[in-house]
Amino acid sequence: MHSEATLSRLTLHALTVRHVGPVDLDIAPGECVCLSGPSGAGKSLLLRAVADLEPHTGSAVLDGQTCHDAKPYLWRRWVGLLPAESAWWCETVGEHFEHPREDWFQALGFAPAVSEWTIARLSTGERQRLGLLRLLCNGPRALLLDEPTASLDPTAVRQVEHLIGEYRREHACPILWVTHDPAQIERVADRTLLIEDGRVEPA
Amino acid sequence: MHIQQLSSLDLGIAALLVIALAGLSLALRLGIERRLLIAGARTAVQLTLIGLVLKALFANVALVWVALMAFVMLAAAGREATARQRLRFAGFWGYGLGTLSMFISSFSVTVFALIAIISHHPWYEPQYAIPLLGMMLGNTMNGVALGLDRLTLSAREQRGAIEARLMLGHQAHEAVRTITRDAMRVGLVPIMNAMAAAGIISLPGMMTGQILAGAAPVEAVKYQILIMFMIAAGTGFATLAAVSLGSRRLFDERQRLRLDRLKDTGD
Repeated sequence: MHSEATLSRLTLHALTVRHVGPVDLDIAPGECVCLSGPSGAGKSLLLRAVADLEPHTGSAVLDGQTCHDAKPYLWRRWVGLLPAESAWWCETVGEHFEHPREDWFQALGFAPAVSEWTIARLSTGERQRLGLLRLLCNGPRALLLDEPTASLDPTAVRQVEHLIGEYRREHACPILWVTHDPAQIERVADRTLLIEDGRVEPA
Repeated sequence: MHIQQLSSLDLGIAALLVIALAGLSLALRLGIERRLLIAGARTAVQLTLIGLVLKALFANVALVWVALMAFVMLAAAGREATARQRLRFAGFWGYGLGTLSMFISSFSVTVFALIAIISHHPWYEPQYAIPLLGMMLGNTMNGVALGLDRLTLSAREQRGAIEARLMLGHQAHEAVRTITRDAMRVGLVPIMNAMAAAGIISLPGMMTGQILAGAAPVEAVKYQILIMFMIAAGTGFATLAAVSLGSRRLFDERQRLRLDRLKDTGD
Protein backbone atom coordinates (compact mmCIF):
# COMPACT_ATOMS: atom_id res chain seq x y z
CA MET A 1 0.00 0.00 0.00
CA HIS A 2 2.82 2.38 0.93
CA SER A 3 5.84 0.50 -0.33
CA GLU A 4 7.87 3.69 -0.67
CA ALA A 5 7.46 4.19 3.08
CA THR A 6 9.50 1.12 3.94
CA LEU A 7 12.61 3.24 4.32
CA SER A 8 11.01 6.24 6.00
CA ARG A 9 13.47 8.06 8.20
CA LEU A 10 12.57 11.27 9.98
CA THR A 11 15.44 13.65 10.73
CA LEU A 12 15.40 17.03 12.46
CA HIS A 13 18.32 19.40 11.85
CA ALA A 14 18.61 22.18 14.46
CA LEU A 15 14.84 22.55 14.46
CA THR A 16 13.95 25.58 16.57
CA VAL A 17 10.47 26.85 17.38
CA ARG A 18 10.04 29.74 19.82
CA HIS A 19 11.68 28.67 23.11
CA VAL A 20 12.26 25.07 22.01
CA GLY A 21 15.42 23.83 20.34
CA PRO A 22 17.64 23.62 18.46
CA VAL A 23 16.67 19.95 18.22
CA ASP A 24 18.76 17.42 16.31
CA LEU A 25 17.10 14.04 16.07
CA ASP A 26 17.20 11.05 13.77
CA ILE A 27 14.38 8.52 13.92
CA ALA A 28 15.10 5.33 11.98
CA PRO A 29 12.45 3.52 9.91
CA GLY A 30 10.08 1.76 12.29
CA GLU A 31 11.67 3.32 15.38
CA CYS A 32 9.46 4.68 18.16
CA VAL A 33 10.91 7.61 20.11
CA CYS A 34 8.97 8.69 23.20
CA LEU A 35 9.13 12.28 24.33
CA SER A 36 8.21 13.31 27.85
CA GLY A 37 8.65 16.34 30.04
CA PRO A 38 6.73 18.77 32.24
CA SER A 39 3.65 20.67 31.01
CA GLY A 40 4.54 23.75 29.01
CA ALA A 41 7.99 22.40 28.16
CA GLY A 42 7.16 22.55 24.44
CA LYS A 43 6.38 18.93 23.53
CA SER A 44 3.27 19.75 21.51
CA LEU A 45 4.96 22.80 20.02
CA LEU A 46 7.82 20.63 18.76
CA LEU A 47 5.39 18.18 17.11
CA ARG A 48 3.50 21.08 15.52
CA ALA A 49 6.77 22.48 14.16
CA VAL A 50 7.73 19.12 12.64
CA ALA A 51 4.27 19.04 11.04
CA ASP A 52 4.98 22.58 9.76
CA LEU A 53 2.02 24.11 11.57
CA GLU A 54 4.32 26.54 13.42
CA PRO A 55 6.91 28.87 11.88
CA HIS A 56 10.34 27.52 12.75
CA THR A 57 13.99 27.53 11.75
CA GLY A 58 16.12 24.50 10.97
CA SER A 59 14.60 21.67 9.02
CA ALA A 60 12.77 18.37 9.12
CA VAL A 61 13.55 15.73 6.52
CA LEU A 62 11.56 12.63 5.63
CA ASP A 63 13.06 10.14 3.17
CA GLY A 64 15.52 12.77 1.97
CA GLN A 65 12.70 15.23 1.25
CA THR A 66 13.03 18.47 3.21
CA CYS A 67 9.87 19.97 4.65
CA HIS A 68 10.41 23.34 2.99
CA ASP A 69 10.91 21.78 -0.43
CA ALA A 70 7.72 19.73 -0.21
CA LYS A 71 4.27 21.15 -0.87
CA PRO A 72 2.75 21.96 2.55
CA TYR A 73 -0.32 19.74 2.10
CA LEU A 74 1.81 16.78 0.97
CA TRP A 75 4.25 17.19 3.84
CA ARG A 76 1.40 17.19 6.36
CA ARG A 77 -0.12 14.12 4.76
CA TRP A 78 3.24 12.33 5.07
CA VAL A 79 3.98 13.28 8.69
CA GLY A 80 0.67 12.56 10.37
CA LEU A 81 0.15 14.64 13.50
CA LEU A 82 -2.40 13.44 16.04
CA PRO A 83 -3.13 16.40 18.36
CA ALA A 84 -4.09 15.84 21.99
CA GLU A 85 -7.66 16.92 21.24
CA SER A 86 -9.30 15.75 18.05
CA ALA A 87 -11.45 18.20 16.08
CA TRP A 88 -14.32 17.43 13.72
CA TRP A 89 -16.13 19.52 11.13
CA CYS A 90 -18.81 17.36 9.48
CA GLU A 91 -21.94 16.04 11.14
CA THR A 92 -21.27 12.30 11.08
CA VAL A 93 -18.17 10.20 11.71
CA GLY A 94 -18.17 8.61 8.25
CA GLU A 95 -17.94 11.95 6.44
CA HIS A 96 -14.45 12.46 7.89
CA PHE A 97 -13.00 9.31 6.35
CA GLU A 98 -11.86 9.06 2.73
CA HIS A 99 -10.70 5.44 2.88
CA PRO A 100 -12.03 3.80 6.05
CA ARG A 101 -10.56 0.42 7.03
CA GLU A 102 -13.13 -1.74 8.79
CA ASP A 103 -10.57 -4.07 10.39
CA TRP A 104 -8.96 -1.09 12.16
CA PHE A 105 -12.33 0.14 13.38
CA GLN A 106 -12.98 -3.30 14.83
CA ALA A 107 -9.52 -3.40 16.37
CA LEU A 108 -10.44 -0.32 18.42
CA GLY A 109 -13.82 -1.75 19.40
CA PHE A 110 -16.09 0.06 16.94
CA ALA A 111 -18.95 -1.58 15.08
CA PRO A 112 -19.32 -0.72 11.35
CA ALA A 113 -22.35 1.41 12.23
CA VAL A 114 -20.00 3.96 13.84
CA SER A 115 -19.72 5.77 10.52
CA GLU A 116 -23.38 6.76 10.87
CA TRP A 117 -22.88 8.20 14.35
CA THR A 118 -23.11 11.95 14.78
CA ILE A 119 -20.04 13.67 16.22
CA ALA A 120 -22.14 15.26 18.98
CA ARG A 121 -22.83 11.88 20.59
CA LEU A 122 -19.17 10.81 20.81
CA SER A 123 -17.44 10.63 24.19
CA THR A 124 -13.97 12.12 24.65
CA GLY A 125 -12.40 8.67 24.48
CA GLU A 126 -14.32 7.76 21.31
CA ARG A 127 -13.22 11.00 19.71
CA GLN A 128 -9.62 10.27 20.57
CA ARG A 129 -9.71 6.75 19.13
CA LEU A 130 -11.58 7.85 16.01
CA GLY A 131 -9.10 10.72 15.59
CA LEU A 132 -6.30 8.14 15.46
CA LEU A 133 -8.21 5.98 12.97
CA ARG A 134 -8.87 9.02 10.78
CA LEU A 135 -5.14 9.76 10.76
CA LEU A 136 -4.04 6.18 10.04
CA CYS A 137 -6.61 5.79 7.23
CA ASN A 138 -4.90 8.79 5.60
CA GLY A 139 -1.72 6.71 5.21
CA PRO A 140 1.00 8.84 6.88
CA ARG A 141 4.64 7.80 6.42
CA ALA A 142 5.65 9.05 9.89
CA LEU A 143 3.59 9.52 13.03
CA LEU A 144 3.66 12.41 15.49
CA LEU A 145 1.44 11.40 18.39
CA ASP A 146 0.51 13.85 21.14
CA GLU A 147 -0.71 11.80 24.11
CA PRO A 148 -2.88 9.51 21.97
CA THR A 149 -4.18 7.54 24.97
CA ALA A 150 -4.65 10.35 27.52
CA SER A 151 -8.42 9.93 27.98
CA LEU A 152 -8.71 6.16 27.48
CA ASP A 153 -9.41 3.26 29.85
CA PRO A 154 -6.70 0.56 30.20
CA THR A 155 -8.34 -1.79 27.65
CA ALA A 156 -8.62 0.95 25.05
CA VAL A 157 -5.02 2.02 25.76
CA ARG A 158 -3.81 -1.50 24.92
CA GLN A 159 -5.96 -1.63 21.77
CA VAL A 160 -4.54 1.72 20.60
CA GLU A 161 -0.94 0.73 21.38
CA HIS A 162 -1.46 -2.54 19.52
CA LEU A 163 -2.90 -0.84 16.43
CA ILE A 164 -0.13 1.76 16.33
CA GLY A 165 2.42 -1.04 16.72
CA GLU A 166 0.86 -2.93 13.83
CA TYR A 167 0.87 0.17 11.60
CA ARG A 168 4.48 0.84 12.52
CA ARG A 169 5.53 -2.71 11.56
CA GLU A 170 3.48 -2.76 8.37
CA HIS A 171 4.83 0.59 7.14
CA ALA A 172 8.22 0.75 8.89
CA CYS A 173 7.01 4.09 10.07
CA PRO A 174 9.11 6.34 12.38
CA ILE A 175 7.14 7.56 15.40
CA LEU A 176 7.60 10.51 17.74
CA TRP A 177 5.25 9.84 20.67
CA VAL A 178 4.53 12.29 23.49
CA THR A 179 3.51 10.56 26.71
CA HIS A 180 3.71 11.08 30.47
CA ASP A 181 3.13 7.45 31.35
CA PRO A 182 6.36 5.58 32.34
CA ALA A 183 4.63 2.20 31.91
CA GLN A 184 3.60 3.13 28.38
CA ILE A 185 7.12 4.29 27.59
CA GLU A 186 8.32 0.90 28.82
CA ARG A 187 5.88 -0.86 26.47
CA VAL A 188 6.29 1.13 23.25
CA ALA A 189 9.54 3.10 23.22
CA ASP A 190 12.78 2.13 21.49
CA ARG A 191 14.32 5.31 22.85
CA THR A 192 13.18 8.04 25.25
CA LEU A 193 13.87 11.75 25.16
CA LEU A 194 13.22 14.35 27.83
CA ILE A 195 12.32 17.91 27.03
CA GLU A 196 13.06 20.54 29.65
CA ASP A 197 13.66 24.29 29.41
CA GLY A 198 13.44 24.01 25.66
CA ARG A 199 16.25 21.45 25.43
CA VAL A 200 15.73 17.91 24.21
CA GLU A 201 18.02 15.32 25.76
CA PRO A 202 18.15 11.54 26.14
CA ALA A 203 16.23 10.44 29.27
CA MET B 1 -42.03 71.21 -8.04
CA HIS B 2 -42.81 72.59 -4.60
CA ILE B 3 -40.77 71.55 -1.56
CA GLN B 4 -42.00 72.40 1.90
CA GLN B 5 -39.06 74.35 3.36
CA LEU B 6 -37.84 73.40 6.84
CA SER B 7 -36.79 76.16 9.23
CA SER B 8 -34.25 75.89 12.07
CA LEU B 9 -37.24 75.94 14.41
CA ASP B 10 -38.69 72.86 12.67
CA LEU B 11 -35.41 71.00 13.21
CA GLY B 12 -35.30 72.21 16.80
CA ILE B 13 -38.75 70.67 17.39
CA ALA B 14 -37.52 67.37 15.90
CA ALA B 15 -34.49 67.56 18.20
CA LEU B 16 -36.86 67.81 21.15
CA LEU B 17 -37.92 64.22 20.43
CA VAL B 18 -34.33 63.02 20.83
CA ILE B 19 -33.92 65.14 23.96
CA ALA B 20 -37.13 63.61 25.34
CA LEU B 21 -35.71 60.14 24.67
CA ALA B 22 -32.50 61.14 26.49
CA GLY B 23 -34.62 62.34 29.42
CA LEU B 24 -36.41 59.01 29.51
CA SER B 25 -33.07 57.20 29.45
CA LEU B 26 -31.95 59.30 32.42
CA ALA B 27 -35.15 58.57 34.34
CA LEU B 28 -34.92 54.83 33.64
CA ARG B 29 -31.14 54.82 34.27
CA LEU B 30 -30.42 53.22 30.90
CA GLY B 31 -27.13 55.11 30.76
CA ILE B 32 -27.35 55.91 27.05
CA GLU B 33 -28.42 59.58 27.27
CA ARG B 34 -24.92 60.97 26.87
CA ARG B 35 -24.12 58.81 23.83
CA LEU B 36 -27.54 59.57 22.36
CA LEU B 37 -27.07 63.34 22.65
CA ILE B 38 -23.54 63.20 21.25
CA ALA B 39 -24.76 61.05 18.34
CA GLY B 40 -27.61 63.51 17.73
CA ALA B 41 -25.22 66.46 17.78
CA ARG B 42 -22.84 64.63 15.40
CA THR B 43 -25.72 63.99 12.99
CA ALA B 44 -26.60 67.68 12.91
CA VAL B 45 -23.02 68.91 12.54
CA GLN B 46 -21.86 66.27 10.02
CA LEU B 47 -24.92 66.60 7.80
CA THR B 48 -24.76 70.41 7.86
CA LEU B 49 -21.11 70.27 6.85
CA ILE B 50 -21.76 67.76 4.06
CA GLY B 51 -24.63 69.99 2.90
CA LEU B 52 -22.20 72.88 2.55
CA VAL B 53 -19.62 70.68 0.81
CA LEU B 54 -22.24 69.40 -1.66
CA LYS B 55 -23.41 72.93 -2.32
CA ALA B 56 -19.85 73.91 -3.22
CA LEU B 57 -19.39 70.75 -5.32
CA PHE B 58 -22.62 71.34 -7.25
CA ALA B 59 -21.54 74.90 -7.99
CA ASN B 60 -18.12 73.81 -9.31
CA VAL B 61 -18.55 70.59 -11.29
CA ALA B 62 -15.04 69.18 -11.73
CA LEU B 63 -13.88 65.56 -11.77
CA VAL B 64 -10.98 66.30 -9.41
CA TRP B 65 -13.28 67.61 -6.65
CA VAL B 66 -15.73 64.74 -7.07
CA ALA B 67 -12.85 62.26 -6.92
CA LEU B 68 -11.40 63.93 -3.84
CA MET B 69 -14.78 63.78 -2.12
CA ALA B 70 -15.16 60.11 -3.13
CA PHE B 71 -11.79 59.19 -1.62
CA VAL B 72 -12.55 61.03 1.62
CA MET B 73 -15.80 59.04 1.84
CA LEU B 74 -13.91 55.80 1.08
CA ALA B 75 -11.33 56.53 3.78
CA ALA B 76 -14.09 57.15 6.35
CA ALA B 77 -15.97 54.00 5.30
CA GLY B 78 -12.75 51.96 5.56
CA ARG B 79 -12.11 53.26 9.05
CA GLU B 80 -15.67 52.48 10.13
CA ALA B 81 -15.60 48.97 8.62
CA THR B 82 -12.35 48.28 10.50
CA ALA B 83 -13.67 49.65 13.79
CA ARG B 84 -16.71 47.35 13.63
CA GLN B 85 -14.61 44.17 13.65
CA ARG B 86 -13.87 42.70 17.03
CA LEU B 87 -11.03 40.52 15.79
CA ARG B 88 -9.28 42.31 12.98
CA PHE B 89 -6.10 41.80 11.01
CA ALA B 90 -3.14 43.55 12.63
CA GLY B 91 -1.28 46.36 10.93
CA PHE B 92 -2.00 47.64 7.43
CA TRP B 93 -4.24 44.70 6.54
CA GLY B 94 -6.80 45.59 9.20
CA TYR B 95 -7.63 48.77 7.33
CA GLY B 96 -6.42 47.81 3.87
CA LEU B 97 -8.47 44.66 3.32
CA GLY B 98 -11.91 46.21 3.75
CA THR B 99 -10.99 49.52 2.14
CA LEU B 100 -9.46 47.89 -0.93
CA SER B 101 -12.49 45.63 -1.36
CA MET B 102 -14.89 48.56 -1.02
CA PHE B 103 -12.83 50.62 -3.45
CA ILE B 104 -12.82 47.93 -6.14
CA SER B 105 -16.48 47.12 -5.75
CA SER B 106 -18.24 50.41 -4.89
CA PHE B 107 -16.29 52.54 -7.32
CA SER B 108 -16.64 50.19 -10.26
CA VAL B 109 -20.37 49.58 -9.72
CA THR B 110 -21.06 53.31 -9.21
CA VAL B 111 -19.06 54.36 -12.28
CA PHE B 112 -20.78 51.62 -14.29
CA ALA B 113 -24.22 52.85 -13.19
CA LEU B 114 -23.34 56.50 -13.89
CA ILE B 115 -22.02 55.81 -17.38
CA ALA B 116 -24.14 52.91 -18.61
CA ILE B 117 -27.48 53.52 -16.88
CA ILE B 118 -27.92 57.13 -15.77
CA SER B 119 -25.91 58.44 -18.78
CA HIS B 120 -25.89 62.07 -17.64
CA HIS B 121 -23.29 64.49 -19.04
CA PRO B 122 -20.80 64.80 -17.52
CA TRP B 123 -20.98 61.31 -16.03
CA TYR B 124 -19.40 62.48 -12.75
CA GLU B 125 -22.13 65.09 -12.14
CA PRO B 126 -21.93 65.35 -8.32
CA GLN B 127 -25.73 65.48 -7.92
CA TYR B 128 -25.79 61.83 -9.05
CA ALA B 129 -22.29 60.56 -8.30
CA ILE B 130 -21.97 61.54 -4.64
CA PRO B 131 -25.35 60.30 -3.33
CA LEU B 132 -25.05 57.03 -5.28
CA LEU B 133 -21.52 56.41 -4.05
CA GLY B 134 -22.56 57.34 -0.51
CA MET B 135 -25.34 54.78 -0.49
CA MET B 136 -23.05 52.18 -2.03
CA LEU B 137 -20.30 52.74 0.54
CA GLY B 138 -22.72 52.80 3.47
CA ASN B 139 -24.07 49.39 2.55
CA THR B 140 -20.87 47.72 1.34
CA MET B 141 -19.23 48.86 4.58
CA ASN B 142 -21.82 46.84 6.50
CA GLY B 143 -21.35 43.75 4.37
CA VAL B 144 -17.56 43.89 4.53
CA ALA B 145 -17.50 44.48 8.29
CA LEU B 146 -19.97 41.65 8.99
CA GLY B 147 -18.22 39.24 6.62
CA LEU B 148 -14.70 39.88 7.94
CA ASP B 149 -15.90 39.80 11.54
CA ARG B 150 -17.49 36.39 11.03
CA LEU B 151 -14.42 35.12 9.14
CA THR B 152 -11.88 35.99 11.83
CA LEU B 153 -14.03 34.96 14.81
CA SER B 154 -14.88 31.61 13.18
CA ALA B 155 -11.24 30.99 12.30
CA ARG B 156 -10.29 31.45 15.96
CA GLU B 157 -13.17 29.35 17.25
CA GLN B 158 -12.60 26.55 14.76
CA ARG B 159 -8.83 26.53 14.82
CA GLY B 160 -8.75 22.85 15.83
CA ALA B 161 -10.94 21.77 12.93
CA ILE B 162 -9.03 23.91 10.42
CA GLU B 163 -5.69 22.50 11.53
CA ALA B 164 -7.09 18.96 11.65
CA ARG B 165 -8.01 19.35 7.99
CA LEU B 166 -4.58 20.77 7.15
CA MET B 167 -3.05 17.75 8.90
CA LEU B 168 -5.03 15.38 6.70
CA GLY B 169 -3.52 17.03 3.62
CA HIS B 170 -6.27 19.52 2.79
CA GLN B 171 -5.14 22.75 1.19
CA ALA B 172 -5.69 25.99 3.12
CA HIS B 173 -8.65 27.10 0.99
CA GLU B 174 -10.34 23.71 1.51
CA ALA B 175 -9.70 23.84 5.24
CA VAL B 176 -11.55 27.17 5.58
CA ARG B 177 -14.17 26.62 2.89
CA THR B 178 -17.12 26.24 5.28
CA ILE B 179 -16.01 29.33 7.21
CA THR B 180 -15.57 31.52 4.14
CA ARG B 181 -18.95 30.47 2.74
CA ASP B 182 -20.60 31.29 6.02
CA ALA B 183 -18.82 34.67 6.26
CA MET B 184 -19.88 35.61 2.71
CA ARG B 185 -23.48 34.63 3.48
CA VAL B 186 -23.50 36.69 6.69
CA GLY B 187 -22.19 39.75 4.82
CA LEU B 188 -24.97 39.49 2.24
CA VAL B 189 -27.89 38.86 4.61
CA PRO B 190 -28.73 42.54 5.36
CA ILE B 191 -29.05 43.59 1.72
CA MET B 192 -31.00 40.44 0.81
CA ASN B 193 -33.37 41.13 3.70
CA ALA B 194 -33.70 44.76 2.62
CA MET B 195 -34.53 43.72 -0.95
CA ALA B 196 -37.09 41.18 0.24
CA ALA B 197 -38.78 43.69 2.56
CA ALA B 198 -38.63 46.69 0.21
CA GLY B 199 -42.03 48.18 -0.46
CA ILE B 200 -43.91 45.69 1.72
CA ILE B 201 -42.48 46.16 5.19
CA SER B 202 -40.28 49.21 4.64
CA LEU B 203 -40.24 52.15 2.26
CA PRO B 204 -36.54 52.59 1.51
CA GLY B 205 -34.97 55.89 2.54
CA MET B 206 -33.94 57.18 -0.83
CA MET B 207 -37.36 56.65 -2.37
CA THR B 208 -39.05 58.24 0.63
CA GLY B 209 -36.69 61.20 0.38
CA GLN B 210 -37.41 61.74 -3.30
CA ILE B 211 -41.17 61.52 -2.72
CA LEU B 212 -40.92 63.99 0.17
CA ALA B 213 -38.96 66.27 -2.14
CA GLY B 214 -41.84 66.18 -4.62
CA ALA B 215 -40.69 63.59 -7.15
CA ALA B 216 -43.29 61.43 -8.88
CA PRO B 217 -43.60 58.12 -6.97
CA VAL B 218 -43.04 55.97 -10.06
CA GLU B 219 -39.79 57.82 -10.87
CA ALA B 220 -38.71 57.53 -7.23
CA VAL B 221 -39.43 53.79 -7.34
CA LYS B 222 -37.31 53.36 -10.47
CA TYR B 223 -34.36 55.04 -8.78
CA GLN B 224 -34.88 52.92 -5.71
CA ILE B 225 -34.84 49.71 -7.75
CA LEU B 226 -31.67 50.90 -9.46
CA ILE B 227 -29.97 51.65 -6.17
CA MET B 228 -31.12 48.37 -4.60
CA PHE B 229 -29.59 46.39 -7.46
CA MET B 230 -26.41 48.46 -7.31
CA ILE B 231 -26.13 47.99 -3.56
CA ALA B 232 -26.76 44.24 -3.80
CA ALA B 233 -24.09 43.84 -6.47
CA GLY B 234 -21.66 46.21 -4.77
CA THR B 235 -22.08 44.66 -1.33
CA GLY B 236 -21.83 41.18 -2.81
CA PHE B 237 -18.64 41.85 -4.77
CA ALA B 238 -17.02 43.75 -1.88
CA THR B 239 -17.88 41.05 0.68
CA LEU B 240 -16.65 38.27 -1.61
CA ALA B 241 -13.43 40.17 -2.24
CA ALA B 242 -12.84 41.02 1.44
CA VAL B 243 -13.60 37.51 2.73
CA SER B 244 -11.57 35.91 -0.03
CA LEU B 245 -8.54 38.18 0.59
CA GLY B 246 -9.00 37.78 4.34
CA SER B 247 -9.06 34.00 4.18
CA ARG B 248 -5.77 34.07 2.27
CA ARG B 249 -4.26 36.39 4.84
CA LEU B 250 -5.17 33.88 7.58
CA PHE B 251 -2.46 31.59 6.18
CA ASP B 252 1.20 32.12 5.40
CA GLU B 253 3.15 30.85 2.41
CA ARG B 254 3.44 27.39 4.04
CA GLN B 255 -0.33 27.29 4.51
CA ARG B 256 -0.04 27.56 8.29
CA LEU B 257 -3.02 29.08 10.08
CA ARG B 258 -1.64 32.37 11.47
CA LEU B 259 -4.01 33.58 14.16
CA ASP B 260 -1.14 35.73 15.45
CA ARG B 261 -1.95 38.02 12.52
CA LEU B 262 -5.23 38.94 14.21
CA LYS B 263 -5.68 41.53 16.92
CA ASP B 264 -8.49 41.29 19.47
CA THR B 265 -9.96 44.73 20.15
CA GLY B 266 -12.21 43.32 22.88
CA ASP B 267 -15.20 45.43 21.76
